[in-house]
Order: sequence, then structure tokens, then C-alpha cells
Amino acid sequence: MERAKPPKVDLWGRGRALLRAALIPTTAVLIALLIGALIIALSGANPLIAYSALFEGGLGSTRAFARTLEKATPLIFGGLAVALAFKGGLFNIGAQGQLLLGAIFAAYIGFAFQGLPPVLHSALALLVGALLGALWAAIAGLLKAFTGAHEVITTIMLNFVAFNLTDWLADGPWKDRAPGNIVARTPKVAAAAALPNLGGIPLGMILAALVALAVWWLIWRTTSGFELRTVGQSPSAARYAGIPVRQITVLAMVTSGFLAGLGGAVETLGVVGRFQPGFNAGLGFNAITVALLARTNPLAVIPAALLIGAMQAGASRMQFSSGVASEIIDVIQALILFFVAADSIIHGVLRIKPDDGEHVALSSGWGA
Amino acid sequence: MQITGSIARAATQRTRWLTGGLLGALAILILVAYARAPQATTAVLTSTIRQSTPIILGALAGIMCERSGVVNIGIEGMMLIAAFLGFLVNVWTGNLLLAILGALLAGGIVGAFHALMAISLKVDQIIAGTVINILALGFTGYFYQQGLTTQGKLVPVEIPLLSSIPLLGPVLFANPPITYLSLVLIIVIHLLLFRTRWGLRTRAIGEHPAAADTVGIAVNRMRYINVIIGGMLAGLAGGFLSLESVGSFERNMTNGRGFVALAVMIFGKWTPFGAWGGALLFGFANTMQSQIQFMQNRLPPWLAWVGQLPPQFIGMLPYLLTIAVLAGFVGRARPPAALGKVYEKE
Repeated sequence: MERAKPPKVDLWGRGRALLRAALIPTTAVLIALLIGALIIALSGANPLIAYSALFEGGLGSTRAFARTLEKATPLIFGGLAVALAFKGGLFNIGAQGQLLLGAIFAAYIGFAFQGLPPVLHSALALLVGALLGALWAAIAGLLKAFTGAHEVITTIMLNFVAFNLTDWLADGPWKDRAPGNIVARTPKVAAAAALPNLGGIPLGMILAALVALAVWWLIWRTTSGFELRTVGQSPSAARYAGIPVRQITVLAMVTSGFLAGLGGAVETLGVVGRFQPGFNAGLGFNAITVALLARTNPLAVIPAALLIGAMQAGASRMQFSSGVASEIIDVIQALILFFVAADSIIHGVLRIKPDDGEHVALSSGWGA
Repeated sequence: MQITGSIARAATQRTRWLTGGLLGALAILILVAYARAPQATTAVLTSTIRQSTPIILGALAGIMCERSGVVNIGIEGMMLIAAFLGFLVNVWTGNLLLAILGALLAGGIVGAFHALMAISLKVDQIIAGTVINILALGFTGYFYQQGLTTQGKLVPVEIPLLSSIPLLGPVLFANPPITYLSLVLIIVIHLLLFRTRWGLRTRAIGEHPAAADTVGIAVNRMRYINVIIGGMLAGLAGGFLSLESVGSFERNMTNGRGFVALAVMIFGKWTPFGAWGGALLFGFANTMQSQIQFMQNRLPPWLAWVGQLPPQFIGMLPYLLTIAVLAGFVGRARPPAALGKVYEKE
């Protein structure tokens, strides 16, 4: 079918719409930072010193920025995973577990095979990692579609199972047997599997940006994307329109898990170089913050992930030079999430009318 | 109406017979086990009850919220914050009663916050719960300092006479305070929900808020009250962890119990006694998880392979059980009809 041409590209209108869309997340971040400053001040430290150290550590130098990119890359994948599931009316709290499996299987492919050509080896490791993430999420998707078990609980339980499983693999069959190693971790991946930097930018980051574009295209420009959004808006309407709701639910979870698994694989191959339990703890929750901060828009996931990534990159510097515990970052993130979710507060503060954008609707009970 | 009523009654009758039969079989099994190994059986049952305490309290919290129509996946976070605050009060004052009150207060405040988000600000209730869970991790992590120590924890209190009954005595009547309280609360909340006007109203606003509103029930006010009470119950569960079970605070010490509690609530079809059954099942799974490591050498030959399993596999057990329970029961359980929906007056 020939696609109808839009009559005129209204750049001015688009720019305004973009600014408007960014207004609420930006205000949410600012208010959260303000409250964070208050908490820091109340606990007896100087918020200005803390925040300037946070900024220094996240964006103050080339090295700092490189660290931010490193932290942001898996967050983009995780954020995309959660955002895509949201579009289909699913809440994937299991990005953490899917990511763990993706990470450890990418590591396994990375160290178990030697002598493969570079591009092929890393591509294979990425693919296997992503597939394992997809497989892990498929469990929750199938349970949701066929038994009605709510994905919020099953994915959280699967996170615990994945945590135990990867811990066992890294401490048992796939443990690094190098002399002197006593900790649970896999051997380092072969050089051919590692992701290089292209012109100073990590390949993983470039991949993340491309995948974000692909997810945007998938959601807004394909039939599957349309069906996904319809199921997300109203499963009963979708069923009435003849959309196979169960199939879409499973597919949404699988794609979401694929993205999360890919994120884990990218982090293993691009940053850590091996699997080590605990190195990416909390990523699943941060991915939720990223997805909601981006208001489930795949392209907005990139700046949202960069922001959260910068905060994490700067956190240790802040703790070191101002004595403020790095966990304040988690508090600020939760506050950001709160203000993005409770956007009626920000509408009140800014005296603007709520837009009629799509709302994420998840909590329609536990049933099928 | 008449016909569906009698069908429903027949179904209830069947469920009762089934439940009765299962309980009878379980009792016989326990008695046989007790006859063969009295000490081990008593130890396993005592541990089962205590391991199930935070789960049933969390499930009761869930029941309070969900029966009135508010989804609460923030129970995990409520437990964690309350465990932390109870611990801090214990450190500062050394008074365990004050510490329990601190945990209750913390739970109530977080409950009020959840109600504010879910009812007044109309935040998606699942996201509101997630906000609480992330906030709890950050908040307790930020304010927790290593090296804080407490003067003690809640210890078992034997009830005279009752505690000397064989088997039942040590299992039911020689528990620490919060465990007793949880057993009492199961009965109290059951009676409140199904035998009082307040309970009828709670169930009404969870099923059909508009109808409840027309007969003069203040829907949102009742939801607020229920969610705050739910928060306090979750707070008590947190207090159990830091004041009775461990006697100290550890980062993320709830370890998923708040979510298991929700699964148990669904398993129990939103009833206190049903949820208790589920909680005991998990208490038993948890107990077995720790017992298997001790009993390695004393396992019967046909179970020897269990002792050889890596600890991580045994660690997965409660979580796999949760998934199985959820998959097996959720389809047949019907949640309150208005669950998760904001109520707005026409």
C-alpha cells in the first residue's frame, strides 16, 4: 500500500509539541533534585558541594562522560524493554532477570569459543544473550496469557530465580578457574567477542541508539506495533477487533525480554568483559524509572537513560568528595518517578492543562 | 438469582468438604511424623509458623487494600521502611514496645502516601507501588549506617498451661509477640471483613463503588482508612523482620517477601484464612530450605539427591513455588471487581 504523504511538515508545531512533552519530565527532575538537596542538607552535608561533585563525576571531563555513556547504555536497553512492554499494557519488572541471563550467556559464548572471527563472535554472543532474555521473559508472557498470572509477581519471582541461577553458573560450571581466583565470576571473554569503541564512542552505545530507532519504528510504523498499542489501551476492544490478544501479550513480553537480554549482553561484552554476580544490581528498577521518565517514548529513552546514567556515574565521586552516601541517587530517582507519575502535581505547579497524551494503564486488577 | 445462588452454595459446600478433607489428611500426616520424630516435627512446625509470619501480615495488608479496591504492590517497600524505622527506634531507645510502635507508624505513613498517590493523585496504582518500593530501597540505604547495634530482640513468651500441651504447645503457645499478634489478626480481620458493617462497606467499595456511594458510603475516605491500616500491617511485618526475627537491620532485608505476600493473598482468594494457608506453605518451603542443609547426612536414601543440590537451587524453591501457586490459582480466583480503578463521582 502506498503511504499517504503528510500535507505539510509543521516544524514550528512539532518543536512546540516536543518542548511541551519535555516540560513535565524536566520539571519532575528539577523538583526531585530540589527535594534531594533538602534531604542532603537535613542530614548535615552541603547539597551544593554534593551536586557539583555529582556533576563533575558525571559530565565534568571526557573520562567522566565516558563513564556516563557506560552506565547509560544498559539503561537504554532496559528502558526500551520496559517501555515496549508498557505500550502493550504489561509491566515488566523482570528486566533485571532477563538482563542477568543475557549477560551470563553472552559471557559464556564469549569465553567458551576461541578463534572465531571478531565481528561474528561478538554478534553471536549478543544474539544468544538477547535470545536468553527473550526466553526468560517468555515464561512470564505465557503464564500471563494462558493462566492469567500477573506479570508483576511472576517477573519478580523470576528475577530471584535468575539471580540464583546465574550465581550458581558463575560459581560452579562456568566459574573462572584461573589460579588465585576465589570469587564467583566467569573467565574473561575472548578479544574477538568484546565490543570495541568506534571513534571514542562505545559500540554498545551506537547499537543502543539504533535499537531505540528500531523500537520506535516497530511501535509506530508496523501492524504489530499497532496491535500492541491496541492491546495496551484496551484488551477487550482489541479482542473485539480480532486481534489475537494472547499472542500479542506473549510477543510483547518476548520482545521486551530480548531487549533486556541484549542490554545485559552489551554490558558484559562492552564494559565488564565477564559475568560477575551483582555488577548490575538494581538495573531493572532503574530501567523502570528511565521508561517512565521518557513517558514510554522509545526515542526519549535515550536522554532519560543519559540523565540517570550521569547520576550513577557521578555518585561515587559525590560520596568520595562530599561524604554524601551514593544511595541518595536512588532516593532522587524514586522522587523523579513519583513526580512523573503524579503529573497532576506538576500540572498544578506550572498551571498548565493536562495533555491528552496516552496514559499508561496497568493496574486493572490481577485477573486475566 | 435463586438458581445461581444454589449453585454457588453447592460449590461452597464442595470447597468446604475438600478443605476439610485436606486439613484432616494434613493433621494425620503431622501426627504420624510426630510419632516417628517428635523433636524434628516440632522444630519444623515452629519454624514454619515463624517463617510465615511476615508473609501472612503482608498478605493481610494486601487484603485490606485490595478488598477496598486499591492495588498495593508497595507492600515490600512498606515492610522495608518499617523494618528500618523500628530498628532505629530500638537503637535509640532500647525499648522494643516503642520500636514496634515506630514500625507501625512508619507503615501507616507510607500507607497514607500510597493512598494519596492512588486515590487523590490518581497515579496508576502499580506505578505508585513501584515508587514506594524504589523509595524504600533508596531511603533505607541512604540513612542506614553500618555499625548500629541494638540491645535485643523480641523473645518467645510461653503461655502457662497451654504451652505444655504436647506438639501444639511449643508450636502455637510459645511464640514471640508479633507472631502471636499475627495469629490473632488473622481471626480479627476475618471477623471484621465478614461479620461487621465496616467489612461489608469495605467489600462494597471494592466491588461496586458507585453503588456504595449512592447508599451514602464515603468511598474514597474508606479507601484511605483501609490503605493506611494495610500499611500498618505491612509495618508490623517489617517490625517482625528487624525486631523479632533478625534483631537487626540489613539492606533489602525483605528480600521479596512483600511480593510473595501478594501471591499468597491471591492464592487465598482475598480471605485471611486462605492467605494463611498459603503463607504456611511458604513458611514450610523456607523451613525446608534451611533444614535440608542441616539434614544432609540424615536424609533417607530416596531423598539423598536433594541434599546434593547446590544451595542456589534450594534458594529458588520459594520463588518457584510462588509462580506455580499463582499460575495454578489466579485463573480460578476472582479479584474485587473495582480493583485498581480510581473512583470518581459522576
